[in-house]
Amino acid sequence: MTVTEIDTDLDPGREAGRPRGGRLFRRLRRSPLAMTGFVVLTLAVLAAVLAPVLAPYSPDHADFSAVFQPPGSPGHLLGTDSLGRDILSRILFGARASLLVGVLSVLLALVVGVPLGLVAGYVSALDAVVSRLTDVVLAFPFLILAVGLAAIRGASLSNAALAIGISQIPGIIRVTRSETLRLKSLDYVAAAVAEGATDLWVVVRHILPNATSVLIVQATVAIPGAILGEAVLSFLGLGIQPPSPSLGTMLSEAQDSISRAPWTAVMPGIAIMVLTLAFNLFGDGLRDALDPRGSRR
Amino acid sequence: MTIVTTDLDPWQPGGSGTPLLRVRDLSVSFRTEGGRVCAVDDVSFEARAGELLAVVGESGCGKSVMAMALSGLLPRNASVTGSVELAGQQLVGASPGDLRRVRGSRIAYIFQEPMTSLNPVFTVGRQVAEVLRVHEGMDRRRANDRAAELLDLVGIANPRERLKQYPHQLSGGLRQRVMIAMAVAGSPEVLVADEPTTALDVTVQAGILDVLRDLRDRLGAAVVLITHDLGVVADIADRVMVMYAGRLVERADIQELFARPRHHYTVGLLGAVPTARSDGAAQRLREIPGLVPVIEGPEPRCTFAERCPAADETCRTRQPPLEIAPQSSHEAACWHPAGLSGAATGADQDRGAP
Amino acid sequence: MRRYLLRRLGQSAVTLVLSTMVVFAGVRALPGDPARALAGEQNNPAQVAAIRAKYGLDDPVPVQYWHYLTHSLRGDLGTSVRTGIPVSDMLRSALPVTAELSLLALVVATVIGVLAGVVAATRRGTVAEWVANGFALLGLSVPNFWLGLMTILWLAVGLELLPASGYVPFRESPGQNLQHMILPALVLGTQLAAVIMRQTRSSMLDALETDYIRTARAKGLRERTVVWVHGLRNSLIVVVTIVGLQLGALISGAVVTERIFALPGFGKLTIDAVFQRDYPVIQAVVLVTATAYIVINLLVDLLYSLIDPRIRVSGEAT
Repeated sequence: MTVTEIDTDLDPGREAGRPRGGRLFRRLRRSPLAMTGFVVLTLAVLAAVLAPVLAPYSPDHADFSAVFQPPGSPGHLLGTDSLGRDILSRILFGARASLLVGVLSVLLALVVGVPLGLVAGYVSALDAVVSRLTDVVLAFPFLILAVGLAAIRGASLSNAALAIGISQIPGIIRVTRSETLRLKSLDYVAAAVAEGATDLWVVVRHILPNATSVLIVQATVAIPGAILGEAVLSFLGLGIQPPSPSLGTMLSEAQDSISRAPWTAVMPGIAIMVLTLAFNLFGDGLRDALDPRGSRR
Repeated sequence: MTIVTTDLDPWQPGGSGTPLLRVRDLSVSFRTEGGRVCAVDDVSFEARAGELLAVVGESGCGKSVMAMALSGLLPRNASVTGSVELAGQQLVGASPGDLRRVRGSRIAYIFQEPMTSLNPVFTVGRQVAEVLRVHEGMDRRRANDRAAELLDLVGIANPRERLKQYPHQLSGGLRQRVMIAMAVAGSPEVLVADEPTTALDVTVQAGILDVLRDLRDRLGAAVVLITHDLGVVADIADRVMVMYAGRLVERADIQELFARPRHHYTVGLLGAVPTARSDGAAQRLREIPGLVPVIEGPEPRCTFAERCPAADETCRTRQPPLEIAPQSSHEAACWHPAGLSGAATGADQDRGAP
Repeated sequence: MRRYLLRRLGQSAVTLVLSTMVVFAGVRALPGDPARALAGEQNNPAQVAAIRAKYGLDDPVPVQYWHYLTHSLRGDLGTSVRTGIPVSDMLRSALPVTAELSLLALVVATVIGVLAGVVAATRRGTVAEWVANGFALLGLSVPNFWLGLMTILWLAVGLELLPASGYVPFRESPGQNLQHMILPALVLGTQLAAVIMRQTRSSMLDALETDYIRTARAKGLRERTVVWVHGLRNSLIVVVTIVGLQLGALISGAVVTERIFALPGFGKLTIDAVFQRDYPVIQAVVLVTATAYIVINLLVDLLYSLIDPRIRVSGEAT
């Protein structure tokens, strides 16, 4: 019993095939929740990318004559913090950092996890080896990993992304492996093997392209986890270091002023929630749309 | 074994076949994403105590749906109309509580897949005893003792040991016997067996059929056997109903049906059975061309028309009623029945003339 | 069963050994001279040399690893360079707090998650389903430390219902201990409850479509029995696995939760150690976490095999 075996959704041979392309998008469009997630996500990404243009202030611009301004104050839509910095501007730049860490760490997990998952699923002799490696990675929860990395290399954005990325690897391996197992058992792959195609050819030409849709879903589902991870690490001081704006550090700084100025803690938290919720909604929709059994959930 | 018979006393048929189950105009349709699908269309029949009534047809002809509809076991998107009377009690539209009390105690089911129809995480003993505890109010010990007797009744050796085992430890044949033991635990008046032997090896099949036959005689229950296998029917049925695309197309006693099939679908089905002829020559296995159509609503035609060798314009525009042939109890829904006007309609069935 | 057990034990042993190697390698990768690091602030050459000799840092790497392993096994995890207290003593006082917090959170999450999951699977198309689904989505999307801050703000500071922070040992006053622990446990359990709820719902939906559920209904069982006995028992197998998989997230979450509610547990120890560069403590924390993770996962798998007779009886682990 290893973690790789519980994925009942990807039971080989259970389904005819997954919807792709146009049919996938049509199914996706039928789900109002998924479309909401998609729209919010697009807006959030745009806002984060355009942060330098959109933000009314520099995120580090302190104004000691205007500390703890409540939301709705003139010039400060979401209020200011203990140093009089504009919370909206800091949130925009913080979301930028969150998305960056989220995407970077998941990319890292994909780069390492996909080849390992393909090997584990395709070469049964190496399955056990990969699964022991996975178990070792799982034995170090991401926060403990981040603690260790911070001890060795110091706390930073890149170490946070590294710790989160490493801890996402087992999930990617698991999904890639079961999808490889499923595809390997399909007739056309068996036919390709019978026709004398090399293993590498089969994996690159037949298995990987067909596994992409599932991997995209897995990545979409992994990113909100990574964003939450970044927030936690920055909150604890193990991630992005102040004064750089990050949603996690904002919350950490707000801890001292929470009863005096609740909005300093409320606003960044809502920002994290909206970001992760949008990803989760979109990811759920994508997964349902991809489910060959139809959108029953 | 005697226990089973005594428990059944109120329903012991006095030799004559009292109709236990009266089904009138039963229709079932499903709401699906693609619209309504009509699975059972206006089916009426009776099942008598001590009788084994076979329901025959290809897969997708509505026979399983009809069986499930009897006690309201269909999913929520199914709508059931008509009447199902079990010894006078109306089951269509009955309250969930009433239906629950009927199921397992008065109508019991045996399903096709003994592999998946038993819960993998409970011992078979617990699953058999459950019926007794729910319907007979037995305590754990008595239910367990009785479950052992029931396993013995269906021909399982070492019943005490078997009770403690899990489904995955039993062979397919044993599992199906357990299913049967579970079904007869509540001493049902009607036993519905939905393809009970389909998933089993031929050698095991015979044993299961023996058990069913034995139970029919011993319990005096009405057994409704659903199958696509006419070989099984020939073996044990008293009467046969043939269903096609949700409709009842022919009904007759077993010898009558095999000797003189009247609906061309039945003729085709019989042609598809590998049986040995009286002259010893193996009969050619034939298939009926085409597939069972999906019916969306009332259709004023014979649904078999497009696959029927005898079909004409009448068949395509008017629905044939189920009519009794003169001087018999043989019913068929066909404008041009085989055997009677076979030559006139040009139905060339090489099986028609011996 | 015995074959399965042995194989599972073997796997855990391999994972454990590999994990200790990872920790050992991490210790050697610490910046600067480990002897200096261990010596802490008073790093005069004589002291460093003494430490070097004491810890056998001049020995070949495999020998050093062996020493490290045997010392750890004996419970000798070194001494904190900040407090001078043996690390094992520090762990001994911190672990019960974290264990209680995690256990409470686990219980809360399982109860809420399973209930909500079954409701969502069986009451399809009702308000209850929407509430349960919405709760799960929010639970997955809300950072739990923020949730902690918000609950402190409202329940503890605003309404003064519960203590906002601090810890009273269970042995001193069980009542007060629970008062201090219930809020953190709820906060820590939220995410896990959401994960369990979704898994329960999904496996329950699968279970309700199976043939054996049809059989259970055909037997005339109450719908309650069909769902909560026949359906849930099968779904729980998957839920147990999920709990095992979420253990890492639970440990990570505990660290943050303790920080917010100022609980003197494992998490506080860890974070303090990082900022004080208390390497022996960090090393011990990482080692103990990995060991705990592997051991608990082994236990979860054994539990799994108890629930699923297909494994228990024949050892036919797929």
